Amino acid sequence: MTRPGRLLRRHAALLVMPMLVALFLAATVAIHPAFGAFDVQSLALGALPLALAAAAQTVVVLSGGIDLSVGSLMAVANVVAARTMQHAGFGQSLGLAALIVLGGAASGAVNGAVLVASRVPDVVVTLAAGFIWGGIALLILEQPGGGAPDAFLNLGAGTLFDGLVPNALVLLIVVVAAIWLPVRSSRLGLTLYAIGSDRTAAFRSGVAVERTRFLAYVVGGVFSAVGGLALTMTTGIGSPLAGTYYTLSGLAAVVVGGVSLTGGRGGMTGPMFAAYILTLIPTDLIFLNIDPNFGQVIQGTLIVLVVMGGGLATLLRQRP
Amino acid sequence: MVALRAADLQVRAGEVHALMGANGAGKSTLVKMLTGVLRPDGGSISIRGTPRRFRSPLAARQAGLVSVYQDPALVPDLTIAQNLRLARTPPDVVRQWLGRFGFSALDFATAVRELPLPTLRLIDLARALAAEPDILLLDEITAALPPDLAEHVYAAARQWRSLGRSVIFISHRLAEIAALCDRATVLRDGVTVGVVEPAQGGEERIVALMLGAPPEAAARAGIAAAAAPSGPPALEVQALRCGEKLRDVSFALRAGEVLGLAALEGQGQEELFDCLAGLRRPDAGAILAAGAPQHFHHPADAIRAGLVLVPADRVRALLPQRSVHENIALPLVRRLRDWGGLPMRAERARVAEAVRRLQIDTRAAAEVKRLSGGNQQKVVIARWLACGFRTLLCFDPTRGIDIGTKRQIYALLRELAASGAAVLLFTSELSEIPLACDRVAVLFGGRIVAGMPAAGADEATLLRAAHGLRARAEAPA
Amino acid sequence: MTLAAFLRERSLLVLALLLALLVGIITVVRPGTVTPDWIANTLLFAVPLGLMAGGETLLLLAGGIDLSVASVASGAAYLLSSNAAPLGTTLAVLLGLAAGLLVGLLNGVGVAIFRVQPLVMTLGTGLMAQGALVVYSQKIIGQEQLVPRAVATLGSGKFAGLVPYALFLWLPLALLLILGLRRSGFGRLLYAVGDNEAACRLSGVRVWRVLLAAYAACGLLAAVAGIVLVGTTNAADLSLANVYLLPAIAAAIIGGTSIFGGRGGYGGTIVGALFLTVLDSLLTLLNAPEPVKQMLYGGVILALAAAYTRLTD
Repeated sequence: MTRPGRLLRRHAALLVMPMLVALFLAATVAIHPAFGAFDVQSLALGALPLALAAAAQTVVVLSGGIDLSVGSLMAVANVVAARTMQHAGFGQSLGLAALIVLGGAASGAVNGAVLVASRVPDVVVTLAAGFIWGGIALLILEQPGGGAPDAFLNLGAGTLFDGLVPNALVLLIVVVAAIWLPVRSSRLGLTLYAIGSDRTAAFRSGVAVERTRFLAYVVGGVFSAVGGLALTMTTGIGSPLAGTYYTLSGLAAVVVGGVSLTGGRGGMTGPMFAAYILTLIPTDLIFLNIDPNFGQVIQGTLIVLVVMGGGLATLLRQRP
Repeated sequence: MVALRAADLQVRAGEVHALMGANGAGKSTLVKMLTGVLRPDGGSISIRGTPRRFRSPLAARQAGLVSVYQDPALVPDLTIAQNLRLARTPPDVVRQWLGRFGFSALDFATAVRELPLPTLRLIDLARALAAEPDILLLDEITAALPPDLAEHVYAAARQWRSLGRSVIFISHRLAEIAALCDRATVLRDGVTVGVVEPAQGGEERIVALMLGAPPEAAARAGIAAAAAPSGPPALEVQALRCGEKLRDVSFALRAGEVLGLAALEGQGQEELFDCLAGLRRPDAGAILAAGAPQHFHHPADAIRAGLVLVPADRVRALLPQRSVHENIALPLVRRLRDWGGLPMRAERARVAEAVRRLQIDTRAAAEVKRLSGGNQQKVVIARWLACGFRTLLCFDPTRGIDIGTKRQIYALLRELAASGAAVLLFTSELSEIPLACDRVAVLFGGRIVAGMPAAGADEATLLRAAHGLRARAEAPA
Repeated sequence: MTLAAFLRERSLLVLALLLALLVGIITVVRPGTVTPDWIANTLLFAVPLGLMAGGETLLLLAGGIDLSVASVASGAAYLLSSNAAPLGTTLAVLLGLAAGLLVGLLNGVGVAIFRVQPLVMTLGTGLMAQGALVVYSQKIIGQEQLVPRAVATLGSGKFAGLVPYALFLWLPLALLLILGLRRSGFGRLLYAVGDNEAACRLSGVRVWRVLLAAYAACGLLAAVAGIVLVGTTNAADLSLANVYLLPAIAAAIIGGTSIFGGRGGYGGTIVGALFLTVLDSLLTLLNAPEPVKQMLYGGVILALAAAYTRLTD
């Protein structure tokens, strides 16, 4: 295979996903000519928590696992932020945010440790963990409420460069790059992909498989906590029940973003673009005067079609 | 199950040392211990006189022992460069070695998934060499490797020897062992039975050691020879080809006959049995059951045509958590029309009859996983007795089974043949072919290279043919 | 016999003792609570859970799982109540059941034929079903919502003021499931497929058929559960059955059905469903908040899954 062809295949998500986003944006403008800078701003803000949920899920899925507690962890971070930041100053709120991210790492560590120690499959552990974290979120904040200082909430609002680049997008890029790039370029990133791709070969190459699985959940926990903070930013309050939505939609973004659910294949950029697409769908439906609840149907259908397509491809490959 | 009882292996500095043994002799268990995958129950491993205990492949590597396996330890979704980083290997040295192997143009940014297996083995070898191990363990990496690439492997092993380091070389090819190795340790039934110098006519001694005690001549006494078979063959295979390994195989098997198949690992026998059992589709050739051509899409088709499989790996065939009864009765509910109420009484009678004929010990009948290996294998065979068949395909059915049960199974195969069934039996234990078979065919490189009556097939002849060597005029004593 | 072996063999007995213990605690904490009436109500509340858990049991046995049961149950209930007035009771009930069957079949096609991971597939179809339901509810805004009398009687009425009518539905279905799993070819195959798919294939079993039928049956049972539930609440809302998703899976796991497939049965699930229902009423008596219940469920699943993993290694 020639070099460009190989590059194309390996980075298909990188090429296709921006085109898809552009296509959806173009369609949005066509449907709704008044779609302007403000709408782009709210799109970027709306996509922020979903993109971070997808980031959390991506790390775990790349390592060959699956995390059904992402949304609940986000909810915990969200309600903790809304409760503690309500009467805090801007500086204090940044300090609290840092603590919450640390807490996210610790929660991810708990998930990972239970998983490795109990030898129960990822699915069961994180399903149960999801309900436990969800319960904790409800204990911290029974009803949607709380808040955060305006300066903190405004981090994600506004634009740069004459309204061309929404701050929320900059924030997303900065945060994901700050967490993921060091991981990706370190030995951890390499071992993460390795255990997701082939655990036996990775083990024989000298990789500490269990430790890497554990660390994947820690990094996932960090992303979940940041996602919870982003949720506080977009909604201004804490809502303990936001959980399930982001678990499912985050997984959808991962699948649509070209990450293989069997692990080892895919990247971080695909799911980020997919998060924008999944956020654009309900927006477009509103502009089209179609019931935005169709958005959920379309998301569900998209997941099902993408995974079925993957299954079909596998079937065809096995039967030459 | 004890795979390894008393294995001694001494490898000198500056030698290429062969590790030999028939299938199931304990080679792979020994390799796993040497490389830190399994921990020994007893005994010790020393490198340069220092006792070592490895907890992982990484620890073995750090102690100076690096292995290259038949299936390369390369992660498919990573590039070559990334795989080298994974094992902390300097790419420049690897590139030098690969240059010597004739792969100087290889792009290290290529994903491993996109490369053919022989290339991967050499990359794995180059990676191992670059780690500068004191001991290099090559586990059957020349199997199914083209001759020119195998030549590079020999050259690397010789160079390692000239540097005063050691190579442990595992292979089934006697010829290459004679040409390459200084000494050979032979394992049988988990015990070291001898150390031989293969170069000076040691081949015959290796064969003798691998065989162990001469087979009991009278073992077949009491088993009546089957009546001369007549009519169309129960199973006929014509020019069958499947994948890389099964190239061109034809034979006919008559009702009332047991045909033995002898082969080393990976000569195409897996593919042959998979095709006959409906697990794989052949690329070319024909399968005829009782004279009618067959195209199997699913094992159900093969079962309908009367071909049933007893696989080597019992774990593959059994429902470990279910009872002996349910395991035996499984094929009885295979069709859609069996989904309704179970004819419990009739089923129980059929299962009981099969259990009785095979003398299955039913004391731990609630969960098949708690039965002994021999009893598990009997359950797999009993399943087909209860279901009915015309041709029984047995793939190494006595692997890891005690001698008493083995005898029972062979006696049963004879009995089945006597009552009109056809049996195709692949076994890795060549000494047992005369016990059970009427005829024997030898498979090498995906083709049948020899055929003879089982009565005259002594093991030395079979082993030589299975190694691709021409049969000699007289068999050694 | 070792303790592990004892627990493995007699897990149902241990669970039944735990259930009795819970009832005992209730009589101690709130004397006079446990009356024939209380028992009847507990059984009544256990019916929808028991039915949904029945579907999950079939799938867990076969090595699968269904996360769309809650959406399906809510959907069937909503379809029934919004169509009862124009279509009549029988057709409306059939419509609800058909919707359950449809989603179940879709799950089955994805898992059995396209080999999609059950979890992801049923997550997707659950989203689809829930979304479609919301859209549907807005299309028919203003239409009369009606829970037919027969359904209300089924879900809340009691024969002779004592025995819930729902039991007359649950008992035969439970008997069918228990007997079917033990004495029918299909039941045999569910265990076999969950224990070792490769062995089934070698024995000539076409695994996809078994899985497809199991997912369809699970969808159907979830729809039945939704219909009983709407009879109990007497009003359908879009998230009617959502709280039952985790308890349905938990009931099966608590009842000794292996999450890895191949072992368990519906008898255990029934005890598991009763156990969760009694636990729920104990927590309610103690005024435990909802989140604590949720965490307890999660903890119980995790602990039992870990325990079973160790017992069967």
